[in-house]
Amino acid sequence: MRSFTYERPDTAAAAAAAVAATPNAKFIAGGTNLLDLMKLQIETPTHLVDVNGLGLDRIEATPDGGLRIGALVRNTDLAADARVRKDYGVLSRALLAGASGQLRNKATTAGNLLQRTRCPYFYDTAQACNKRQPGSGCSALDGVSRQLAVVGGSNACIATHPGDMAVAMRVLDATVETIDAKGAERRIPIAEFHRLPGDAPELDTTLRSGELITAVTLPKPVAGTHIYRKVRDRASYAYALVSVAAILGKDGAGHVAFGGVAHKPWRVEAAEADLPRGAKAVTDAVFADAEPTQENAYKLKLAERTLSAALNQARA
Amino acid sequence: MKFDQPAGQNPIDQLKVVGKPTDRIDGKYKTTGTAPYAYERHDVAANQAYGYVLGASIAKGRVRAIHTEDAKRAPGVLGIVTTLETPRLERGMMNAAYLFGGDQIQHYHQAVAVVVAETFEQARAAAFLVAVDYTPDAGKFDLAVEAKGAPPVPGDSGEGSGGDGEERVGDFEGAFAQAPVTLDERYTTADESHAMMEPHATIAAWDGDKVTLWTSNQMIGWGHGSLAKILGVPKENVRLDSPYVGGGFGGKLFVRADAVLAALAAKALKRPVKVALTRPLIANNTTHRPATIQRVRIGATKDGTITAIAHESTSGNLPDGDPETAVSQTKLLYAGANRLTAMKLAHLDLPEGNAMRAPGEAPGLMVLEVAMDEMAEKLGMDPVEFRIRNDTQVDPQDPKRPFSKRDLVGCLRLGAETFGWAKRNPRPGQVRDGQWLVGHGMAAAFRNNMVLKSGARVRLDGDGTVTVETDMTDIGTGSYTIIAQTAAEMMGVTLDRVVVRLGDSAFPVSSGSGGQFGANSSTAGVYAACVKLREAVAQRLGINSEDAVFADGQVRAGNRAVPLGEAAAQGALSAEDTIEFGDLSKKQQQSTFGAHFVEVGVDADTAEIRVRRMLAVCAAGRILNPKSARSQVIGGMVMGTGAALMEELAVDTKRGFFANHDLAGYEVPVHADIPHQEVIFLDEVDPMSSPMKAKGVGELGICGVGAAVANAVYNATGIRVRDYPLTLDKFLDRLPEAA
Repeated sequence: MRSFTYERPDTAAAAAAAVAATPNAKFIAGGTNLLDLMKLQIETPTHLVDVNGLGLDRIEATPDGGLRIGALVRNTDLAADARVRKDYGVLSRALLAGASGQLRNKATTAGNLLQRTRCPYFYDTAQACNKRQPGSGCSALDGVSRQLAVVGGSNACIATHPGDMAVAMRVLDATVETIDAKGAERRIPIAEFHRLPGDAPELDTTLRSGELITAVTLPKPVAGTHIYRKVRDRASYAYALVSVAAILGKDGAGHVAFGGVAHKPWRVEAAEADLPRGAKAVTDAVFADAEPTQENAYKLKLAERTLSAALNQARA
Repeated sequence: MKFDQPAGQNPIDQLKVVGKPTDRIDGKYKTTGTAPYAYERHDVAANQAYGYVLGASIAKGRVRAIHTEDAKRAPGVLGIVTTLETPRLERGMMNAAYLFGGDQIQHYHQAVAVVVAETFEQARAAAFLVAVDYTPDAGKFDLAVEAKGAPPVPGDSGEGSGGDGEERVGDFEGAFAQAPVTLDERYTTADESHAMMEPHATIAAWDGDKVTLWTSNQMIGWGHGSLAKILGVPKENVRLDSPYVGGGFGGKLFVRADAVLAALAAKALKRPVKVALTRPLIANNTTHRPATIQRVRIGATKDGTITAIAHESTSGNLPDGDPETAVSQTKLLYAGANRLTAMKLAHLDLPEGNAMRAPGEAPGLMVLEVAMDEMAEKLGMDPVEFRIRNDTQVDPQDPKRPFSKRDLVGCLRLGAETFGWAKRNPRPGQVRDGQWLVGHGMAAAFRNNMVLKSGARVRLDGDGTVTVETDMTDIGTGSYTIIAQTAAEMMGVTLDRVVVRLGDSAFPVSSGSGGQFGANSSTAGVYAACVKLREAVAQRLGINSEDAVFADGQVRAGNRAVPLGEAAAQGALSAEDTIEFGDLSKKQQQSTFGAHFVEVGVDADTAEIRVRRMLAVCAAGRILNPKSARSQVIGGMVMGTGAALMEELAVDTKRGFFANHDLAGYEVPVHADIPHQEVIFLDEVDPMSSPMKAKGVGELGICGVGAAVANAVYNATGIRVRDYPLTLDKFLDRLPEAA
């Protein structure tokens, strides 16, 4: 870990201004990912702006019947919230499928959205990784890639977004609310929040420098069975090989997003009309442009079968 | 004491303390944070500085230059020791890779420098400022490629398995060709990491030309000699102290870079230095269990009698490294007149392969016991009965040698009955419970019993306290407790009158912990020392030692009863002895046996495998402490389940290293993976093993359990996977279409 300076502002606008004003500054909330990355010098901020004093920790009803989740609501609290459990079960289940109790107690809503990839080459600073060190190359392309992206990748990067929460938020059509250094607010649809790697894999999201997440809003609840099905190599405390976040009716109609397959939660709305026809019709369309490696091609079949399991559950 | 005759009746047979389920006496220290591991021993040396090891970023080649100027100017930095300014150091015993010194890089993350600073954070930050120039060489990293043409080589795990490159009995090829039922299959097992909780760690301090290392090591005797050799100092100038070890599994049998670099840095800086290996360095800087490619051929008559059996294994290693001894158990486990075993070794430039819990037998049984399951199916036999049919009471390669005690059949039968094996559906893919395909599998467990010379010193104080000192280690196994039980039994006192001090090279040299030889060997050493102490007590009290009875804190002879402590009223009495083993283990084969039974569920849609229940029945001589022995067996079962289902160091065959080098990437089972475990020990003694009549159990639990899991998966699905770990990607496409 390199030396850094630290401040703890009182307002969101001041926090945004502090990061915007300092080159190589970062926000810190729960720190469950950032501190690990700093110890490994994968992240090397010179200044940390601690946002834990900003409030932003309430879950409130919105006028249009949805929920507004403060950026600093801890994962444990969000998963346990009665309204979330009742009306947004997919979100509660996704949160509880991730990390461990200890980490969820600390991790925040905004921080969870911003967690970085778990690609092994991103984590080994001796290896080429365009995401960690732009222009250095991508060792994963011909390296160990069993966990990595099958769709939406590029010649520069096949990392995945490792989270669960964002996959549920994607199927819920959440909106990310931000504030910038000038106090200007912005509402970013979750679909546009995470990026594909393209030729700039160092950028995980469309956030601008200094832009601070203040909340995530959920539209009014969508009826149906809320399912989060996470497939992994062990029963707990592992990243998804594939996950399915779905809201499905008895006839199978509904919405679905996939985790563990791409640089962002992966959803193709146009394919959802086929849900009543069964999993294969949907995943054929959702993964039409997939370019898996030899090691991770199994994810395509796994995604189909996991969606099939979700459809069975909804129909039961 | 020389142990060269079968043990007769002795005080251990009283079983007043030995053999009773006993809480670990170090348990309260462990759970209250008062049993410090090496890195936390803040009080042993003042002014400790922190060393951070920098690992090579290439897998093979040469270091041209190391630029330390920036790092030396970084805050808190006290000094940097680099490999280029250090001559290549000697290697410790049984190690192939060089730990430090010189310009040659043999494997990824080989130590190239240690940066020392006032704090850990400063040392780590400065290490990132060290720039190293390399000239890389092409290396060999892919076992599947290098296995072709790999020659047969002899090898010895040093832990009870090994042999010649090729061993033959009868005419295997002829008998196999004539056998009416045959199996010929190829299997692979993965590289695995010990992944112990406590990383390798050492504090080193010099006092003149004498050095002390507070470290984490399984084998103090080996480490003592190896460090003296590596550091180039006389043995009497080196002291190792390792009273608590947070897991080893074979990864701490040897002196590693933490110890060597702490000693070098402490010398260079004239100040105590502590060094812990970071988690990534544990995968690539230390040793691991090597991957194997195995072929098993079995020929049998239609009634299931094996007539021909062959087991061949190919593994890779650095030059001077050993093969994985994965065929050893096949020499002894089943009868059959015509036999072939072979170990082949390919040159690989990956980190060094070496012993990990049940070296050889763990990956060997993973394969052999799946092959036996496959063969039973070909024969239309129950897999339990097939194994019983081919039981042997003699060494099949040398029928003059009987087993000292072998009740594999008893384990199989009791296990089958307890588990409800008769209710299993032998036709695979038939049992469904909701989303789960349910299957049952079993396998035999087998692990050789090794006996090693082991010494101890026992002292009696005037208050009746008995203090045992031996360099034996407790690596989480319960050594403290069984040693205390042994001394209490021998001296006729309660456990609370016994003090056990372990892990210091100033104490008599013990067997150490490894190869499941520690419990039996080290307690036998304590037994020997206690025999001497009993004689000294009797003599001091003027009692004929043959007549003396040590019980209830007293020494009794005739109608005289004296408190034990009285013998030391005029000064402590001390006795030291070493148990040495004659050739009993050569005349008779000593092994431990067991049977594993496992129920799994396989998700019909996603192919996720979840263990539902496990049973092990073990026959391993006298069980000294059923509580800690059970812990050893269930721990082995967890580890074997990990090997079967998830554990794999993922080799980057282009760049030559294990890529998933942390505990997020290298997955071991979590609690949710292991729902229910049961262990039964057969009530037996083995008088050929030692005066304790005990054998090892620390590794028996891992042996065969992975095959039982894999066989259960086959029973659940009807799909046989022969490449382990058995992850879902290897058979998802063969599951029936999702409904």
